[in-house]
Amino acid sequence: MRFYGTELSSRLMLGTAQYDSPAILADAVRAANAGVVTVSLRREAAGAQAGQAFWSLIRDLGVPVLPNTAGCHGVREAVTTAQMAREVFGTDWIKLEVIGQGDLLQPDVFGLVEATRILTDDGFKVFPYTTEDLVVAERLLRAGAEVLMPWGAPIGSGRGLNNIFGLRALRAHYPDIPMVIDAGIGRPSHASAAFELGFDAVLINTAVAKAGDPVLMAKAFRLACEAGLAGRDADPMEERDMAVPSTPTLGLARGLGGEMI
Amino acid sequence: MNINVNGEPHEVRAQTLAAVLEELGYGGARVATALNGNFVPAGLRSSQNLREGAELEILAPMQGG
Repeated sequence: MRFYGTELSSRLMLGTAQYDSPAILADAVRAANAGVVTVSLRREAAGAQAGQAFWSLIRDLGVPVLPNTAGCHGVREAVTTAQMAREVFGTDWIKLEVIGQGDLLQPDVFGLVEATRILTDDGFKVFPYTTEDLVVAERLLRAGAEVLMPWGAPIGSGRGLNNIFGLRALRAHYPDIPMVIDAGIGRPSHASAAFELGFDAVLINTAVAKAGDPVLMAKAFRLACEAGLAGRDADPMEERDMAVPSTPTLGLARGLGGEMI
Repeated sequence: MNINVNGEPHEVRAQTLAAVLEELGYGGARVATALNGNFVPAGLRSSQNLREGAELEILAPMQGG
């Protein structure tokens, strides 16, 4: 699995927010065998060491970081945040969020395309958080994105894959573009389903961080991702409308009093 | 000179962005800066002058999803 030419050690990307403690976050990252962790930037008072402590913890984990522009509602704000993140985290990868609607944290896809072009021209490797819309996907690719991150469902909702048809169409239309289901995954089965649909990776945060046992849930997601991917690679059977006996019927006893149907 | 730092009013004596960061106690911290909405790379902070009413953002690493 490669993003912008970089080989990932796993297809599970893990957010670092909302954990009860840094130790639980670190254990969850290890249990998930996360291939990437997402990080962010926030205001910090002078003398506060939270940011430095967090950065030390992430660096010690040795997992590639993907900074985000979470909370940005405009193109200029997102672009400036991305530039600041590139300097602080030392990476030109950026998970680009331009939020257009507060209740659903729905991407402003017009601003997203514009910001993608600006950042790509500035040398960034953009991971746009988008919807499953095919036309938007085309515009993002034309703007320079080489990875797409469609939502499964609104951020933090845990609703899984809301529009299977749309996601399948997106996947089928761009079979060679790396795609990550970015938001809305709530349970390990949702992650398996994403791989079965043909997606290349999943990005999960709330579903792990807010589980009763985040470290066990991180492991569960790791296993679910592996299962979904292996299941897809194994070429699953087609669905049928009618039953077909799996036990051979040849030589079935007919004289035991059962009714013939 | 009065400026806003992360949305809060501050009175500072220093003139350059680099000196203001030192004066405010951010010296050596892993932070990124933006002045009036524009990113200022670390290498340009010492040549970046601030004016009265400047809006300075100082951001540090944080957890994110």
